[in-house]
Formats: sequence, C-alpha cells, structure tokens
Amino acid sequence: MTPETRKKIETLFERYPRKRGALLPAIYLTQAEKGYVDREAAQDLAELFEIPPVAVWEVLSFYNMFYTEPQGRHHVYVCTNLSCSLRGARTMLKSLEAHLGVKAGQTTSDGRVTLGHEECLGSCGTAPMLRVNSDYHENLDTDEAKRIVDSLE
Amino acid sequence: MTPVITTPYVTNYLTEHFADDGYRTLKGYEAKGGYQAIRKALRMEPDDVAAAVKESGLRGRGGAGFSCGLKWSFMPKETDQMKVLIANADESEPGSFKDRIILERGPHVMLEGILIAAWATGSSRAYIYVRGEYAHPADCAERAIEELYRAGYLGRNCFGKKGFDVDIYVHRGAGAYICGEETGLLESLEGKKGQPRKKPPFPAQYGAFGLPSTVNNIETFAHVPFIIDRGVDWFRGIGTEKSTGTTIFGVSGHVERPGLFELPLGTPLREILGHAGGVRHGRALKGVIPGGVSMPILPASDLDVPMADEFLAERGTHLGTGGMVVMDETTCMVRVACVVSYFFRDESCGQCTQCREGTGWMNRICQRIEEGRGVPADLEVLGDLPGMLEGQTICAFADAAAWPIGGLLRHFRDDFEAHIRERKCPFPESFEL
Ligand SMILES: Cc1cc2nc3c(=O)[nH]c(=O)nc-3n(C[C@H](O)[C@H](O)[C@H](O)COP(=O)(O)O)c2cc1C
Ligand code: SF4
Ligand code: FES
Repeated sequence: MTPETRKKIETLFERYPRKRGALLPAIYLTQAEKGYVDREAAQDLAELFEIPPVAVWEVLSFYNMFYTEPQGRHHVYVCTNLSCSLRGARTMLKSLEAHLGVKAGQTTSDGRVTLGHEECLGSCGTAPMLRVNSDYHENLDTDEAKRIVDSLE
Repeated sequence: MTPVITTPYVTNYLTEHFADDGYRTLKGYEAKGGYQAIRKALRMEPDDVAAAVKESGLRGRGGAGFSCGLKWSFMPKETDQMKVLIANADESEPGSFKDRIILERGPHVMLEGILIAAWATGSSRAYIYVRGEYAHPADCAERAIEELYRAGYLGRNCFGKKGFDVDIYVHRGAGAYICGEETGLLESLEGKKGQPRKKPPFPAQYGAFGLPSTVNNIETFAHVPFIIDRGVDWFRGIGTEKSTGTTIFGVSGHVERPGLFELPLGTPLREILGHAGGVRHGRALKGVIPGGVSMPILPASDLDVPMADEFLAERGTHLGTGGMVVMDETTCMVRVACVVSYFFRDESCGQCTQCREGTGWMNRICQRIEEGRGVPADLEVLGDLPGMLEGQTICAFADAAAWPIGGLLRHFRDDFEAHIRERKCPFPESFEL
C-alpha cells in the first residue's frame, strides 16, 4: 500500500463512529493500485485497521467486487438475470464468449478482458446490457456488444 | 456513461422535474421550490413532523411496505447516543431499477427527505448505502451532498436551525444482494461481511455501530418532502385507502416500451402494461412478476388487479419494489425458475442451513427438469421446498427465494409436467438459457 493510499484511507475514519466502518472504501482504494488486493496489501489493511488479517480476508472474499487475483485490464460483465435474459442477454453472452475465446469468468490470454456474468444491475428496462468496468452500456444487440468489447485497449 | 432511461415515461409529483438537467443541482432544485419543505418542518415540532408522516399512510418503498411514520416512532427519544439514518439504495432486487433514477435525476429530493427524517427522529448522521455497481449514481449523490455542505446547509446548524447538526455520507457496497436486507446492510456499513443479524434487537434499539438507527428505502425518503409541503390530506387523496401516494413502477421484459412510470398505487396492472406499450410483437401475455423476482408471479388472468399490496396479497403475492417483469406466451416458466433459483442460490449468505442448502436444491431440480432429466418425484420435492424455507431463517431472504418457485408451481405446473413427460423443453421459442 502506497503512503498516498494510506493517507486517503485515514481521512475516511472520521466518517464512521468506529474506524472499521471505513474498511470497504479502504479496500476500494487499495484495489485501485493494482486492480486486486494481494496478501501484502491485505496485511497492510489489517494493520491499519487493527484487526486480524483473516477479518480482512473474510470481507474480501464475501463481496463480488473485490478481487484477490490479478484481473484483465477491463472487466466486461453481462447481466443474465431475468429481465435481461428475456431480452436475449444469454445469447449475447454466448456470442461474446465465442468472440473472445473465453468462458464467462475467464480472462483473455493477452490480459485485455475479463468476461463475466452478473446478477441484476438495475438496467432491466434497458436490457440487454454490459457493464464495462464502472460504465453501463444498455439497449444492446450482439453486434454492438462486440464492437464495444473490440474498442477496449 | 449517460443512462438510457433518464426519466419515467409517466411522471407525477416525485419525478415531475427529473427530465430537467438543472434539477440535479441545488440551484435548479431550489428554483422548483426545493428545500422549502425542510424549512417548514423546522418550524414544526419534530413529533408533529413524524405524526404527519404517519398520518399520511406512507409505506416503505423498499419491498416490505411497512408504515414509514410508525418505524420512525421506534427511535428512542431519551438517549445520549447519536442516532443514525440509513437510506437504502442497494437496489439489487432483479426487475427493480427505480432507485437508480432518483440518485441520478433527483438526488436533492432524497436528501431533503433524509433531512426531514433527521429532524423528526433527532438523528445527526445519515448514510446512503449505494450498491457498488452504481458508480455513476453514487457520484451523483455525492455531488449533491457536496453542494449542500458548500451552501452551509449540512454540518452544523443546518438551514440556520441552531443545534440541528446533520452529516450525510455515501457508503458504497461491493456487490452482494443480501446487503439490501437492512441488518445485512448494517453489518456491511460496519466494514464486515453482509450477513443479516438476528432480530430482536431491531435497528432502532441496536443499529449501525450499535447506535439507534432507522433504515428506509431512498424512494420512501423522497416522498416525504411532498407530504410536508402539500399536506397529509393531499397525499391521502392519491392511491388507495391503505396504500397512499404514487410509486415509480418499473416494467421490463417482453413489452414494447420498457421503462419507469410514476403512477398512483392501486393503478390496475392492465393500465400500467398499456403505458409500456403492451406485450411486444403483438403476442399474448403469459404472466407478470409484480415487484421484483422475489414476488410470486401473477397469471395473465389477473390483469385487472390494482397494483397495491392489499389487493395483490389477496392473490397470493405482493407489490414488492413495483419492478414488474412481463413474460409473453413463448416463455418457458421452467427456464424462468432456473434463472430465479440460480440467483438465490448464488446470493444466499450461507448462515442458515435451510437457505444455503434449500436454494441449491431448488436450482438443481429446476435445472434437471429443464434439461429433460426430471422425474415426477422432483415436482413433489420442489413443491415441498418453499414450505421448508419460509419463516425458518434469520432473514427474509429465504422467503424471497421460496415465493417465486411456489408461485410458478401454483400457476404454471403444466409447464413443469410437460418437461418431465416429454423429457425435453417443449418451448423452442423461449428465451435462451
Ligand atoms: C433479501 C432482501 C433484500 C432486500 N433488498 C433491499 C434493497 O435492495 N433495497 C431496499 O430498499 N430494501 C431492501 N430490502 C428491504 C429492507 O430490509 C428494508 O425493509 C427496507 O430497506 C426498509 O425501507 P422501507 O421501509 O422504506 O421500504 C430487502 C429485504 C430483503 C429480505
Ligand atoms: S435466510 Fe439466507 S440470506 Fe438470510 S441470513 Fe439465512 S442464509 Fe443468510
Ligand atoms: S435483470 Fe438485468 S439489469 Fe436487471
């Protein structure tokens, strides 16, 4: 963990009656450094929060948006819950799997894209959709989804 | 990314100005009369504000429909502890997408409601818990909060009222449906796994960080300024006797024009579908999930039901979040059961055996039937499972997992039987699984 990240985390403590409350935002800040939280970073968090490393580890593994392994440069997620599936999301996901040569949950060999499926993302009225990193792309068809994925560096 | 649905297709008081970009700013919001209701509330006694909200009949918009004013009255009056409000913007119930639009298009309406609630309950701290995937909506809420601090409306002596100190923070979740359940949310806010707590104690006694707390959905808060501003009688004049005001209905799935529609509670289902352009491609309707996938499905024959909880309860379901999912005649209901049961299997927090194991069983059985490997005994087990989950666990997630399966079996048992009889899925035109 860099000194800058540590400083940013420390400013969050006052937002919560107990500093442990700042753990989720602190993990986000730590994860932003490398795209995932490794053992060392988890250890740093544990020290900063004065909690056992396993308490950090447990939180890391509970939430879908925290990663403990290296990730592709871009996260591409397709919502496959009901409203999206009714409008062809799974067909779209299968084409993306074929297009990228990976299965949902895997990363392309060049490390460019990690493909995945997710549960409802609040785009049910604009289905099907892709979440690319923190951006939503909605009302898609398969061709457009492929174009979006191809445009990622 | 700019959102594709920027505003409900049908608006009413709550979303009236959502199409106006300026409304997201403090200046634009005040130009439309914003932050007058909090000033009015501050001229009233806190108890009178709480009483007005109770009188108004406002029910929670987060899914359970509990009386908002009654919940506020549970907050202890005599206490030295800081009291905490939590605005629930975890919105992860599949089929629901209304809270996102409030964060993006009307953050100040929500903030004004939170401030009025803070006055009414004597709270000095509020957290807006936004699901982690809502990065842009959370940014919108944060920007609005910054504006309030800069204007001197937040922090010490809010709106010039001596001793009325309130701080509001956005807290981002990290991808776990169960953190929408209010005690799972509290755990998550405390920096822990989002595993729900046993109740009692209820949040008003022992909430966030052990402090007295009240959790409301953000839409619930957003109705409050209008109640204070326009009065209880005006509010009670909208909706039904037991379900007052409007709500932001969402319609998705097989309709011509999916979207959001702010309409009075009690609006007939048929009318709402009409606003959404009806079933797409001129097909016939098969069923509608009334309010998020946790709620049991309604068959096409129930189209005239008024969309308010008291009427839906008579038909064995609930209003939930008002996020409706529409399915046309091509839809295989076993596939629907597969999608829904997978979701609950994936999202169970794992603390209770019935829930952890039961959701897996339901999903495996549905999957087996869909693949043509089901046997008649599977249907019996599947039929028994909801009863084994309901009311037996730490939180209502298990009920939410059981209800949709129970509903699908009640109304579409034929679909399940046909799969077992024909040893394959008899709906070739259904959506792909
Ligand atoms: C499994 C589960 C998930 C829930 N998810 C949400 C949610 O995402 N948003 C929400 O406002 N309420 C959710 N709730 C309801 C909350 O527990 C709580 O009742 C609600 O936030 C209270 O606000 P209200 O009274 O204003 O509706 C959920 C409940 C359960 C059992
Ligand atoms: S019912 Fe399910 S989600 Fe709720 S506490 Fe038990 S295991 Fe967790
Ligand atoms: S079902 Fe896909 S965004 Fe809601």
